[in-house]
Amino acid sequence: MNWEEDEEKLLPSQRPEWSDVSPLPQDDGPNPVVPIAYKPEFAETMDYFRAVYRADERSPRALQLTHQAILLNPGNYTVWHFRRLILETLSKDLQQELDYVSKIAEKNSKNYQIWHHRRWLAEKLGPDAAGRELKFTEKILSGDAKNYHAWSHRQWVLQSLGGWDDELEYCHQLLEEDIFNNSAWNQRYFIITKSPLLGGLQAMRESEVKYTVAAILANPENESPWRYLRGLYKDDPKSWIHDPQVSTLCLKVLTSSGTNHVFALSTVLDLLSHGLQPSRELREAVDTLNPASSRLDSQENSSSTKDSLGNTICSVLEHADAMRVNYWRWRKSQLIV
Amino acid sequence: MEGEGTATGRQRRATASQLDQWTVQDQVFKIYGAFASIPRSAQSVILELQRDKHVEYLTRGLQQLGPSFVVLDAKCVLLPSSFDLGFATGSCTQLLYLGNQLTMNWRIMPSTFLAVVRIQMVAMGVDQGRQVAETFALYWIGRRMVAVLWMHDAGEIDVRACYTAISVASILNILDDELAKGVGNYILSCQTYEGGIAGEPGSEAHGGYTFCGLAAMVLINQANSLDLASLIDWVAFRQGVECGFQGRTNKLVDGCYSFWQGGVFALLQRLPAFGGEGFGTSDVEVEWVSDSTSEGDDEDRDSSDDNEALHPEPDQEGHQSSSHSPESSTAVHIHHSRHNQLEPLFHTMALQQYIVLCSQEQEGGFRDKPGKARDYYHTCYCLSGLSVCQYSRSKNENSPPLPTSVLGPYSNLLEPIHPLYNVVSRQYHDAREFFSKY
Repeated sequence: MNWEEDEEKLLPSQRPEWSDVSPLPQDDGPNPVVPIAYKPEFAETMDYFRAVYRADERSPRALQLTHQAILLNPGNYTVWHFRRLILETLSKDLQQELDYVSKIAEKNSKNYQIWHHRRWLAEKLGPDAAGRELKFTEKILSGDAKNYHAWSHRQWVLQSLGGWDDELEYCHQLLEEDIFNNSAWNQRYFIITKSPLLGGLQAMRESEVKYTVAAILANPENESPWRYLRGLYKDDPKSWIHDPQVSTLCLKVLTSSGTNHVFALSTVLDLLSHGLQPSRELREAVDTLNPASSRLDSQENSSSTKDSLGNTICSVLEHADAMRVNYWRWRKSQLIV
Repeated sequence: MEGEGTATGRQRRATASQLDQWTVQDQVFKIYGAFASIPRSAQSVILELQRDKHVEYLTRGLQQLGPSFVVLDAKCVLLPSSFDLGFATGSCTQLLYLGNQLTMNWRIMPSTFLAVVRIQMVAMGVDQGRQVAETFALYWIGRRMVAVLWMHDAGEIDVRACYTAISVASILNILDDELAKGVGNYILSCQTYEGGIAGEPGSEAHGGYTFCGLAAMVLINQANSLDLASLIDWVAFRQGVECGFQGRTNKLVDGCYSFWQGGVFALLQRLPAFGGEGFGTSDVEVEWVSDSTSEGDDEDRDSSDDNEALHPEPDQEGHQSSSHSPESSTAVHIHHSRHNQLEPLFHTMALQQYIVLCSQEQEGGFRDKPGKARDYYHTCYCLSGLSVCQYSRSKNENSPPLPTSVLGPYSNLLEPIHPLYNVVSRQYHDAREFFSKY
């Protein structure tokens, strides 16, 4: 399908097959505000589009016209909508239409209409389209690993059409390439919670915790795995506070020098608020990070109670994570005394 | 990030995310470094909001947009309303109200949304006949639009659509149970394990959707159903070393998130759960009592009624009797004129610093980040975010912020915006009053 031919550049008024149609001009009223200075070819194409749209003419020539309108403005949702109506009426080959939209998508990977059109097509084609759609999103993601539309589409494909088999492995590959890719972590969460091939969150938790801990230790400043780790215990704080892997991890990070401690401290703070009984080592590790001045206050210094440990952590964070000083002060005020 | 990481399994090669981040960080720190090294007097000049230039930039766009704007053609109703907003009050703050709509593109919804705004503005001063006609047209569109929303048209539903529909319905005073049905559960299912809200269930937590989701939930009185603690934790961590906000974890700072993320704090601040005096009762149906505590909404109220010193009962706070129609039984009329004095939970001065030093273009307009071109969308949301910062400690929208809340000269002060709708508060109240008559 090679539609960048000269033939394509002929405007409707120059084509004999359109001679029976009266173009319908845009009516913005007598005093349009913020008018767009349309180029003549745009205005004319849209005038003819308006005419066929109003007449609800679902013909091959109308289909062609929607293509020209799309080239001029792929964001016009009315044109895409009408194109879909024509495709249905004419019982067009939808695989070919996928070829078409793939081409348009090359330069418009963040266009909502294109992705929506793809979803509509894939839904009509059914499970057979799964492989192609996964391949397509993979291609987009190889150029833009965090493209929101691509990820949404991919998730929709998996849930509606299937194809889960290699998804976890795919996710792992992306994380190997970029352990900071939060979209890949998000996808991983999606897979372990939703995949019919896996056992669900609780069944997967053990192995996932191991995976996540390794990622954190490699880059403790990476926020993504910290949030992921917390997510593994969503709605189950008891398991979270009792899992030795979690507190061990925090201790490890807190006792490493030259390391970002913010997420470890934040995690311990949350664990405490859910009832964690901190070990002596954990208390000591936090105390070590405490700025010297607050050691004058024996109550904070000893961290003899869970609450004063929380207090100490907030104090440390007010300095170590100064951008969020207001947040940590507020967290401190929320601690149960 | 240099030198970080433990001895075991230290990553040798920088990833794409790290490289992108360091590039932007370097640029931003260069700007801050240069700023810090110049004399105070020069600093004051740089910190000025280039009001005249911004107005000039906007005015040019209002007169005519070049051919490249055809990409916005489908939403042609959007632009006029955006600019009307900006010039109705003569303040930069309102320009491109919900410029996000320009990329949202959900059928007629965004157009309708912005059309509502335009009607509001236009209705305030133009001929009566048109006013009435437009109001009824809008009412009809509003109801139909809502019907479209709930038809769940082939998966184009997402959190933005929820927000658009709910907020329009709210302004038009047609928000009711039928409209709110299902929205709460849907948005709830969009809150991710990270704490933020995604566009669809399963997708990644994102600033734009988090704002839309929270705002919609506030409007239908279901904000407390969300896990607010994890939401606020997620948003708080979206402010990075660059001082501005990022849209998603480990992504880059962008000026527009000054509003999407900053605005979330403005909403949160007013929730009872966070010590705010709230928008209304948390989980019970809104009571139709006249609001004795808010200022400036009811023309009949005696303006000498200073209710700030009073402590209103929580379940009466934030309500106003509107022209009660059967369909509006659970409509929530949001006041934010009385909110708490809680310290904002983000670093407001740092955000202002990013907006003014990194996003502002001296020649007019605002941009995503240094190196990117200015545009109307970013101009809108950077200004909105700036306004949020300036008023973040204000007791109410009628009392001017202290100079310590404003970065740069006090003349940088903008109009306060209504965080639920991102319009100038005063106009929101006018519009609400207008539509409550129908």
